[in-house]
Amino acid sequence: MSTFLTEETQVTDAAVSTRLSSLDTLESEAIHIIREVVAEFEKPALLFSGGKDSVVMLHLATKAFWPGKVPFPVLHVDTGHNFPEVIDFRDRTVERLGLKLVVGSVQEFIDSGELAERADGTRNPLQTVPLLDAIQRNKFDAVFGGGRRDEDKARAKERILSLRDEFGQWDPRNQRPELWNLYNGRHTVGQHVRAFPISNWTELDIWRYIERENIELPGLYYAHEREVFARDGMWRAVGEVSQPLPHEEVITKTVRYRTVGDMSCTGAVESDAYTVSDVVVEVAASTLTERGATRADDRISEAAMEDRKKDGYF
Amino acid sequence: MSTDTLAADLETALPTTLFRFATAGSVDDGKSTLVGRLLHDSKAILADTLDAVARTSADRGFGGEKGGIDLALLTDGLRAEREQGITIDVAYRYFATDRRSFILADCPGHVQYTKNTVTGASTADAVVVLIDARKGVLEQTRRHLSVLQLLRVAHVIVAVNKIDLVEFSESVFREIEADVQQVGRELGLGSDGISDLLVIPVSALDGDNVVDRSERTPWYTGPALLEVLETLPAADELESHLESFRFPVQLVIRPQGALAPDAVAAGLDVEAYRDYRAYAGQITEGSVKVGDQVSVLTPGQDPRTTTVAGIDFAGSSLEEAAAPQSVALRLADEFDVARGDTIAAAGTVREASADLYAALCWLSPKPLREGAKVLVKHGTRTVQAVVRNVSGKLDLSTFKLEGASSLELNDIGHAQLRLAAALPLENYLHHRRTGAFLVIDPLDGNTLAAGLVKDHPGDHEDERYSI
Ligand SMILES: Nc1nc2c(ncn2[C@@H]2O[C@H](COP(=O)(O)OP(=O)(O)O)[C@@H](O)[C@H]2O)c(=O)[nH]1
Ligand SMILES: [Mg+2]
Repeated sequence: MSTFLTEETQVTDAAVSTRLSSLDTLESEAIHIIREVVAEFEKPALLFSGGKDSVVMLHLATKAFWPGKVPFPVLHVDTGHNFPEVIDFRDRTVERLGLKLVVGSVQEFIDSGELAERADGTRNPLQTVPLLDAIQRNKFDAVFGGGRRDEDKARAKERILSLRDEFGQWDPRNQRPELWNLYNGRHTVGQHVRAFPISNWTELDIWRYIERENIELPGLYYAHEREVFARDGMWRAVGEVSQPLPHEEVITKTVRYRTVGDMSCTGAVESDAYTVSDVVVEVAASTLTERGATRADDRISEAAMEDRKKDGYF
Repeated sequence: MSTDTLAADLETALPTTLFRFATAGSVDDGKSTLVGRLLHDSKAILADTLDAVARTSADRGFGGEKGGIDLALLTDGLRAEREQGITIDVAYRYFATDRRSFILADCPGHVQYTKNTVTGASTADAVVVLIDARKGVLEQTRRHLSVLQLLRVAHVIVAVNKIDLVEFSESVFREIEADVQQVGRELGLGSDGISDLLVIPVSALDGDNVVDRSERTPWYTGPALLEVLETLPAADELESHLESFRFPVQLVIRPQGALAPDAVAAGLDVEAYRDYRAYAGQITEGSVKVGDQVSVLTPGQDPRTTTVAGIDFAGSSLEEAAAPQSVALRLADEFDVARGDTIAAAGTVREASADLYAALCWLSPKPLREGAKVLVKHGTRTVQAVVRNVSGKLDLSTFKLEGASSLELNDIGHAQLRLAAALPLENYLHHRRTGAFLVIDPLDGNTLAAGLVKDHPGDHEDERYSI
């Protein structure tokens, strides 16, 4: 016992001289969480859409297990309204890393009549049912998501390991306290856990990390020319599922995307950020949140995200 | 700021460090307003969020005739919170200055105060405790400070808020300041060499001494709250000098090269990793260098000593690493090491023990009874345990231990547990990480308590734990 009482006074010459940068600290925290989940769960999977947060998640997973392979499959909930270049990126990434891809398809659920197309044409809220179906059918007991607490007020209350009941529901008033770096992932049969290792990252952290680690992203995150039309105060791309109404004029603009979701609800922003360092500067100077700027689904009400999450959304 | 100067700033800026802090205080002391103020004044609030908050404030008639923005709406994220005007759950917020990135936990102060304060404080480098200048030190304040002392929070900052409502009176502030220091002395807070205690007059609503020093409190010559938060050393920084390297093993990385080529990351030479074996984990305390002597602690076995052969991280080899880095360690000897084992600086760890004496912060509506079977999660190991006895409950306002044989929600008490396997337990007072554990309900898996390891009664009993 005596060793404990004296060691406080001994200063080791091995004292590490420099403090970790905030990015290194966030990276270490995320890797710790990813490893905990892999060690404690039977069958984890990682939600992978090809969007920047999920790309960063996958990059962290490759670092966590090096030189081993990422020890879980990736899961994509395909709205059928994707940007083709994002699907292409998804497939190339999965191929490059030799991973297994599980796809849950919104289109199949619509075709079979289990889901109905919404009046506003947005398919993001429809992802919940195929997501829960894929989780159940594959018996995933933990699902990694790239959710960040700075994205939304409801997400700010989300735990890093978040328990979901048999119906995939989130109960914000009854969450487990999360203490120190001890994560409690215990669950009963039928329950599963959503794990959010990058909860504490901000949009700027994500971009600085992408820059530092030289991580490849789908090209539409960078400035490019695109045919767009204005709707709901956003620039919407012209595409198969996103057609202008007769009064909506189509013009060509230099734009980029800050989030990449369903083509029917994700808007582009005017931008001349052609490279990752341009984007870092742009994000640092931005006066709008990424969701406020580009997501129609979150504009529905102040509690739009909270309502979707309670039902089992990401 | 133009994007050109911004780009230049980003180029030359030193990498920022991370600092975590939490807020604590009674209902209506102004925690949410203070958090909103920090976010707003450090320009972390973007225009669309501010618009939404301004609209809601106007709808509710906030500020009466004068109008204004209810900054508390920035953190109260759940529908029920906005409707009832209260904070239900810990909310995490992010903002950055040139020097630091901040993670802040806004902890609600009503009935569940112990639960929320313990949660927020467990990861915090600092906690800001709010006091309403009109009310002074309340019983609740004493309780909060007592919890922070128990959890060994490195920096405790008391913000005497609503100083505008007492006409910026120096005498009101000095009186509260003296009361706070008195409570601090009773607790050993700020004078124990572990924590420090600072008192600042602020108006969260108007911004005085929050980001900038206020001209309305000329008698206060200390720093504004944000200046303090920007310069205090983080807890890991304070502890990096400790010789006590601790590394709970999370998992073994063993791709087996040519034997199991599919387990090796794409693009790597499978043959080169035929015999690769490393132990993945996050350094919880201290630092380690290649060549250091370490002990492998496996429950039920004598410590085995070896040297560190390599510190790997995602393809690069490090010479040294420190808390809180996540790395993979290679050892010189081929021991059987598994998840749940701890690798520690040789000769610095006491014998593992199956008798656990602890302070428990009870966080569940289900009370603790003597004889209860529970799970204890310590580091990366979870073991079964039985509660031998509850030896008392802390009266947080008098700091005395009272007789009790059970613990209820929000109680903090002392208990003795018998573990199914001996663990390398260490006094929380000196080891914030290896002295911490969770008590888990084996039936539904819920977290029942936050546990802080105490010394065995026979050992040198630390007075600060006898409060
Ligand atoms: N005059 C004044 N009012 C304040 C100050 N800080 C907070 N308030 C008001 O006190 C009330 C409670 O604040 P809130 O932030 O919700 O308290 P919480 O319950 O601790 O989160 C609100 O009406 C605030 O506008 C202050 O510094 N001065
Ligand atoms: Mg509040």
